This record gives sequence, C-alpha cells and structure tokens, in this order.
Amino acid sequence: MSFFEIRNLVKHFGGLAAVNDVTFEVKEGEIFGLIGPNGSGKTTIFNMISNYFSPTSGTIHFKGENITGLKTYKICQLGIGRTFQVVKPLGRMTVEDNVIAGAFARAKTKHHARGLAAETMEFCGLAHRKHVLAKSLPIGERKRLEITRAMATRPQLLLLDETAAGLNPSELDAAIDLIKKIRDNGTTIIIVEHIMKVIMTISDRIHAINFGSTIAAGTPREVANDKAVIEAYLGEEYAQSQRN
Amino acid sequence: MKKYGPILLLVLLIIFPLIVRSHYHQHLMILVLMWVVIGSGWNIIAGYTGQVSFGDAAFFGTGAYTAGLFVTKLGVSAWWGMAFGGIAAMLIAFPFGWICFRLRGAYFALATLALNEVMRHIATIWESLTDGMVGILIIQTFVSKIPYYYIALGLAVISVISIQIIMGSRWGYYFVSIREDQDAAESLGIDTHFYKMISLNVAAFLTGMAGSLFMNYMGFIDPEVVFSLHDISIMAILVGIVGGVGTIYGPVVGAFIMVAVHEFFRTGFFGFFKGVASLTGWDTMNVFAKYVGQAHVLGFGILVVLVILLLPNGIVGDWNKIVGKLFPFKRKGVAA
Amino acid sequence: MEVFLQTLVAGILKGGLYSLIGMGMSLIMGVMGIINLAHGQLMMVAMYVTFVLFHYLGIDPYFSLIVSMPALFLLGMLIQKYTLNPLMEVESILPENQVLMTVGIGMVLTEIARFIFTSDYKSVSTSYSNATFFVGEISFSIALTIAFFMAVGFTVLMFWFLVKTDLGRSIRATAQDKDAALLMGVNSKRITIMTFGIGSALVAAAGTLLMPIYYLFPDIGGPFTRKAFVITILGGLGSTVGAIFGGLTLGLAEAFGATYIGMAFDDMIGLLIFILVLLFLPGGFKRLTKV
Repeated sequence: MSFFEIRNLVKHFGGLAAVNDVTFEVKEGEIFGLIGPNGSGKTTIFNMISNYFSPTSGTIHFKGENITGLKTYKICQLGIGRTFQVVKPLGRMTVEDNVIAGAFARAKTKHHARGLAAETMEFCGLAHRKHVLAKSLPIGERKRLEITRAMATRPQLLLLDETAAGLNPSELDAAIDLIKKIRDNGTTIIIVEHIMKVIMTISDRIHAINFGSTIAAGTPREVANDKAVIEAYLGEEYAQSQRN
Repeated sequence: MKKYGPILLLVLLIIFPLIVRSHYHQHLMILVLMWVVIGSGWNIIAGYTGQVSFGDAAFFGTGAYTAGLFVTKLGVSAWWGMAFGGIAAMLIAFPFGWICFRLRGAYFALATLALNEVMRHIATIWESLTDGMVGILIIQTFVSKIPYYYIALGLAVISVISIQIIMGSRWGYYFVSIREDQDAAESLGIDTHFYKMISLNVAAFLTGMAGSLFMNYMGFIDPEVVFSLHDISIMAILVGIVGGVGTIYGPVVGAFIMVAVHEFFRTGFFGFFKGVASLTGWDTMNVFAKYVGQAHVLGFGILVVLVILLLPNGIVGDWNKIVGKLFPFKRKGVAA
Repeated sequence: MEVFLQTLVAGILKGGLYSLIGMGMSLIMGVMGIINLAHGQLMMVAMYVTFVLFHYLGIDPYFSLIVSMPALFLLGMLIQKYTLNPLMEVESILPENQVLMTVGIGMVLTEIARFIFTSDYKSVSTSYSNATFFVGEISFSIALTIAFFMAVGFTVLMFWFLVKTDLGRSIRATAQDKDAALLMGVNSKRITIMTFGIGSALVAAAGTLLMPIYYLFPDIGGPFTRKAFVITILGGLGSTVGAIFGGLTLGLAEAFGATYIGMAFDDMIGLLIFILVLLFLPGGFKRLTKV
C-alpha cells in the first residue's frame, strides 16, 4: 500500500485535455517534485487532489483510502494540506489569527488552537510577525504564511504550489530551508515548481509533465538529462544542438 | 475607556426608563434596542461571514406572524411567540440557506431579496391563515411601556453577548475565514456550507425574536409593515453599515443613529420647520415639514449612497479614519 | 384554442418590450458586473418624463422618445460617473457595496418622483391606447404591437452598434476581459459610463413605449427591476440575443400564468422564476446554446 498515489488521472475542460492520464506514487517521508512548463497541468492536478474540482476520470488514493471526489474540507481533515499558487491570505485577519484558523482543524478549544498556532509560527519562523495584518505582508512573508497556515492543520502530506515564484535569492534560500525542515519533521511533501534550481535541489524524486502528459520520471539527475524534458523547457533547437 | 464603556452604557440603559418618563422617548429606546438585536443578527451573517442579506425582513416578519398567529389561531398569549418566533425564523432560514448558499456574493444577496418578497406575498395571499392585508391585531399585555423596555433590553444584551462569545470562539474564526476567502477556508478543513448555515440560523433566530417582540409590543402587524423591504431589510443593512460592519458594538451605535435619523425625518427635522413656520408665519414651512416627514425613505436612500461612498466600514469600523479627519493633529503610533 | 393563441400573442408582444428592458441590464451586468437594482426606477423616471411631456406639452409618447432616451442616457452616465465608478476605489469589507448603492439610488429616484408627483396613479391616454386590430379572431393591441416592432428595431440597432462600431467593440471587449481591454488602450472608466448610459437609454425607450398602455406610480420600479433581472439571467449576461429569449420567455410565462392560473399570481410567478433561474441557470439560455 503506497502512501499516496494518483492513477490515470484525466481532466478535460471542454475539448481540451488539461491532464492526460497521469500516474505517480509518492513514498512517505519524501519530497516529490512535479515539474513542467507553464500551463502543463501541474496546478490542475493539485486542484483535483484537494477536489477544487473533480477529475474527469482516474482515482486518487491516500494511505490506502480512495479520496477521489471527497469534499475539500474533508481532504484537509484526512491529513492533506495545500498552499495556493496565487496566495490566499485571510487579509483582514492577523498572521496569528490566520494560523489559528488553520489550527482549529486539529484543536477543539481556542486555548489549544492558540498553543498549536504559536508552535507552528515558531517552527515556520513567523512568530515575530504575528500581530501584523495579513494583507500588509510583503509577498515573501505571504507565501510563508500560506505554508504556516497549512502546517497548522498538521498535515501528513503537504502540497506546495509554486512557493518559490516571485522570491528574491535570499528569500528563496529561506524557503528551501523551511521546506527541508518540514520534511525532516515528518511531513511528506509534493512540490510543484517550474523554477529548476529549487526543485532539483530538494526533491528526492521528480515527475515531469508537459501538455498534461507524463514525459519523464525518476531522480532529479535522471530527469534533468532526459531529452524530452530538455526539449520541453529549452526548446527543440537546444535539444537538437545537444544531440549533435 | 474601551473596557468600561459597555458596562457604563448598560447601567445607563437599565436606569433609563426610571429617569426618563416620557412615553415618546421610552418608545424610541425600545425601537433602538430592537434594532440592536436585528442589526446584530445581520452583522453575523453579513458583516462577519460575508454573506450579505438584503432580506432580513423575511425572518423578522416570520417571528412577528408566529407571535400573532399564536393568538389568532391557537388562542394563547402572543408571548409564546417569543419562544417560538426565533425557531420559526430558523425553519425558513434552514431550507433557504441549504438551497441558496451555493450562490456567491451578489447572487446570494439577490436570493435573500427574493425570499423577502416571497414571504411578503405569502403573508398577503394566504388569507385563511394571516387575514392578508388586514393584518393581525392583538390586545397588548401591558399598558406601560416599561416591561416591554426591559424585555427588549434583555434581548439586546443577550444578542450582543452572544455575538461576543461566538466571535471569540472557533465559529467566529471560521465565519471570518469564510468571508475573507472561502476557498482558502475550505482548504483549512472548514466545512463552509455547514458554518454558513450556522451563521444564517443564528441571524434568523435573533431577527425572528425581535419580530415576535414587535408583535407583542405594537399590538398590530400587517405584511407591508413587518415584511417591508425598505423599513426593515434596508434599515437592518443601514444599522449594520453605519455602525460598523463586522464589529461587536457597531449594531449598537448603528441602532441609535438610525432610529434618530428616522425620527429626524419623520418629525421634519425635529420640528425645525414647524418652528420656523410658527415664528415667521411662512406657511410653506409647514408644507415643507409635511413633505420632509414623508421623505424618510428618500433620506435613507441618500444616506445609503453617502455612507457607502464615504464611510464604507461604518463609524466603529472607520473610527480611526474619522478621528484622523476630525483631529488631524492627533497622530497615533504606527498602525498595526 | 382561441384563448391559447390570444395568450400567445399577448405574451410575445409583451415579450418584445421586456427584451428591451432586459437588454439594458444585460449590457450593464455583462460589461461591468454591476447588478443594477435601480433599473426599474430608471424606467420609471422615463415614464414620468413621457407623462410630463404629454400632459403639459401635448407631445405624443412616440415623439417623447427623442427626449426621454437622451435624458436617461445622461442620467445613467452621471450615476455611473459619480456614484458607481468611485466605488471601485473604495476599500471596504463588503463587496456587495455596489449592489447596495444601486438600491440606494433606486430609493432616491422613487422618493423624488413621489415628492414631485405624489403616489397617485398617472396615465397617458392616447387615441391608440385602447385600440386593437384583428387578425382572424385574435386581437392585437395596437400600442403593444407598435412597441414590439420598435423594440425589434432597437435590438437590431444595438446589434449593429455592438458589432460594427468602435465604441461597441470596445464595450464587448471590456465585457469579455477588462484588463486585456485596458491593455489595448480602451479607457474602461469611459466605457463604463457610456455603457450605463446606453443601458439606461434602452430601458427609457421601454418605459416610454409602455406608457400608453400602462399606469404609472412611483413604486412601479421595483417589480420591473425584478423582471429585468429575470430576463437578464435567463438570457445570459451581456448577450443581446439572450435578452430577446429572456424577454419572450418572461412575457409568455406571465401571459399564460395570468390566463390559466390567475392574476394574483402574476408577481409570484415572476418571483418563482427569479429564484429558479438564480439557482439553476447561472449562465442563462446562452449556456445551453453556446451562442
């Protein structure tokens, strides 16, 4: 029984196949990377996992249970947390309140939730900003809040959607450190990215897709050298020049 | 100040009818207290949970008619309505929310508008039950206004305290999360449909209770009065907005102000025009007074327009902005 | 059978007029995403303008169109410019501010009308107000028939305007994607003002055309706003063709409802359709036909 897997996942929007028969398996405790150029279907896969919309066909399994089509809030309660590509801070609430809102998924009383939130903010490095209104945060901290809030729900599997986009180099390093820390603490991670540096450095295994279909899978090294991947990212001419 | 203000206010409210004996002013305060209840209800579903309702009269009227029907159909005291008015309103709110919460934002608002109108039509058409346009007339239990005052005060206090408790709890966090970003809320494990239903039913309960109180106090209701779009639903929105959306004491402030504004128009600027007329003998002033008296809806309309443009977060919500404009030299520290 | 045909005719003719009402709102909703709950009240204003011109200057309603349409066009532009556009800048907790604003405006318009004209019912009685002509056994109200054909005319004009003129194309562009339109150099503020003006002018036409066969009082706005909304939703936002379908559907539904169920339920039917449409057809007929 695998920790998490998607089988033959398909999503059609009208006549377009955004996701076309994608299958992969994620092992507990690893950082699993999902890469592909813009528009390749990565976020669509995430949206199906958390059931923002349901798949056209295919199934999703978590710890042996078929979770396809379950309500979004249920999926969180089962232990899968996610961040959004375009961050969704609860703007008029403070950082602390944002995280408490997440903590209530596991805590029954406000006291307990507060404690849980404090722990999480400490862990993710946002404790010093806890009284700031979420909408006043700069983009780097918003992304961090997104992660912190999801972590407050104590997920066993965390879906990170393009957490690196828009960050400057030092913020990027901090983000990478946080992600590794989260994994070391026991949370399995699926990370969607299209910035090579990030995903290559931290992923244990990578799954590459383009135009909704799988084009390569394996270790970062294997995928980086895969011809189809190079072609998808750098263009056919480059791939051609590599072959010659 | 902030901590003792409410207690001070409560004390003042408790001794009010003992000091101020004028029936007119007691009546006004009863209305204010009633609007605190209704406004608080609106605030819960609209201000805190972000599902704006344009049709709270549907719940108010249901509560009022429940109380009235206890007299006309069951032959018992209308006070039974107080116990069941809130529940009756919830019986309307429940299926409505179940069906209509799939609608987002403005479309939900429109649905509440439709609900308001449907309830009004039902009350008008179903004559065998409600006597239609004739309305319901009952004999009031008390001659003095004072018992009604204290009941209204009790209801208002319960409303405000309930809201304080709710908003400090898990429910409160979930309501605001839904308002801020419904999709993010879902991803945090919040069953948004369930919590929207809770919010709506709490609002409906409070508003229904206010309606039952209205029946008992006024002694007469008809569909045009208790299901009125302008005088109840829009008024509820104004109480909420003027006072301060999403604040606990907003409805309290809003209720005071809106009842005052209503009286202001109804009496022709508190008798200003009549006063000028008698001083100067200009009869047109009397005519003016009469028109202004009828124009309170116009005043409300203008108020809506102005408040939305200038004070969208209400007096309590935009307090800092107001203070800043009135006292530009007084600068607070760095805002959070 | 005859009753059926008669009802059918009445429904279609009324439907034509309804399309005109719906078209304006559909344009406003489609382009700006503004739910205009003052739409019926704008129509009411146009009707009072028509009334005044008729009673004090003896101008026939069909000629009043020349006055009422531009007048409402101007009013619409002013409303958009001074009350609705500023809302885009105001930051507040409730996004429904815009709808509430139109409610406020509707109230203001209604009460001003009441102030000036009192709540008495007014009407415009012309030579053709009650005249009918017959096709076989079926009677056609002349006024309604003329209104129907003028509505058709206006619809064709709108079509041409939206498809063939620059301004029309800018409006459609803004309706489809405001940001993209902005990037293409379309001045969205100006467009919103023009669109609200056009929408108001259209409903003004409907009001003027309706005047000879209807009665007028300040509160007439409410029910018509609701009808406009039903038509808009039925037809799909921003679709002129849709508004035609929506208008005809509502006209027929009301006609058949009145004939076979009863007059008292006229309003209720409108309300029920309103609710059903809100719930089940968020894209309107447009969604079903993919036009």
